[in-house]
Amino acid sequence: MPEITLTVNGAAHRLTVPDRMLLTDALRDRLGLTGTHVGCEHGVCGACTILMDGKPVRACLTLAVQAEGREIRTIESVAPSDTELHPVQRAMRDCHGLQCGFCTPGIVMSLVALHERAATAEVPEDEIAETLSGHLCRCTGYRNITAAAHQALTTPCPHDTAAPTAPASAEDARARAERADVAAAGVGGGAARADAAGVEREGVEG
Amino acid sequence: MKPAPFAYRRAASLTEAVDLLAADPDAKVIAGGQSLVPMLNMRLARPGTLVDIGALSALDYVDLVDGHLEVGATATQADVAAHPLVRERLPILAAAISRIGHSQIRNRGTVCGSIAHHDPSAELPALALALDARILAYGPRGPVVHEAASFFTGTFDTALAPDEIVTAVQFPLPAPGTGWAFEEVARRSGDFALVGCAALLRAEAGTVAEARLALFGVASTPVRLPEAEALLTGGPATEEAFDEAARLAAASLTPSSDSHASADYRREVAAHLLGVALADALARSTDA
Repeated sequence: MPEITLTVNGAAHRLTVPDRMLLTDALRDRLGLTGTHVGCEHGVCGACTILMDGKPVRACLTLAVQAEGREIRTIESVAPSDTELHPVQRAMRDCHGLQCGFCTPGIVMSLVALHERAATAEVPEDEIAETLSGHLCRCTGYRNITAAAHQALTTPCPHDTAAPTAPASAEDARARAERADVAAAGVGGGAARADAAGVEREGVEG
Repeated sequence: MKPAPFAYRRAASLTEAVDLLAADPDAKVIAGGQSLVPMLNMRLARPGTLVDIGALSALDYVDLVDGHLEVGATATQADVAAHPLVRERLPILAAAISRIGHSQIRNRGTVCGSIAHHDPSAELPALALALDARILAYGPRGPVVHEAASFFTGTFDTALAPDEIVTAVQFPLPAPGTGWAFEEVARRSGDFALVGCAALLRAEAGTVAEARLALFGVASTPVRLPEAEALLTGGPATEEAFDEAARLAAASLTPSSDSHASADYRREVAAHLLGVALADALARSTDA
């Protein structure tokens, strides 16, 4: 069996894994990081989204052996401490974006990447919907998730000292969230229809 | 939903990759794996060996070569779509990529992998066909060049020999002033298209000087539309002419019916998309 070296949440690991083991299973079963959820296991649902070298990717569409030399971040790394939440997590709580919570870890990882980009560059409005379109929420409540994304993008990243120093006021965040709520109507409707139709296709392209 | 057993080999060089591929007739190449791993997970693909070319960083490039935009085998779709050369010189490629799956998929999936995989509902094979792209491959006998026009032979099937690896795709740059459009209809954002099309149009003094049209999702390969292109060329660059060409092209299609859409619906959507795409392409063109 191949031996791989990778960094997971800041810690170096050397693992011996079967050739065919998926990265989701290596993270969950070998490293005990069960926050990365397994939904569809063919790249459609987004529950298993992790950050690989800072970019959101599907852990279920990545073989563990392909993570050789890579820097992986999972949901377990997101909160700065046991008593603090990352702005994305806080926004998800504030805006009631969790619902059943199954899809949440993947969504948070995609939004963390967007949040980190927002610290140094303008993130276009439509990129929030584009990012969330890669995540299926079977509770179908995309309005609150979209509102959380908008709130999070106005709040600086706790890990990034170069982030803007003046955080948006609570009123700003609320006003943004309300605007987002209106903007989210299209996203929520489309996603709800998608949910009713169910996951039928047998793979994603790429 | 776990892959059947296979032997995984990470190639350190292109020649090693070719040797590994030649050593097992059931070997498959993997780069980003965003099409192959779902098929492995569902056991629709059961290769004996997976030859990973992902570590070949020399193939991770976008470059201009002799009037072509060349994309290397390990360049991800996300990187290619964001590349300044693509944005300035071949924006239709960025537009086509934006329709592939989701951003989380495009961060791993490669342009060359999508073309080598050849799902007939995928965007990039159709774009390669519309632009008369060249697919550069490498095999035991050295470099091989495939023309897009004869590359896509059937669903998941190409002219690539089992012992060849795609190393790059060359997209010819359209003539200056050429307008473009890339359209598709899918049931959900990120889904494979029911029907999609690529259109390129160049006009001179209100007359169509060159038209290139390709559809996907309507047959077991992407389809070029030579009759419609011929009808348009030399004719007026008007919406009436575009709609007539679109209707003619759609009538010649024989798409299949499935649980997602009937053949008649696909023909209807194809005619509509072609008309819209030609009008959009004209709007983006600069009349010489």
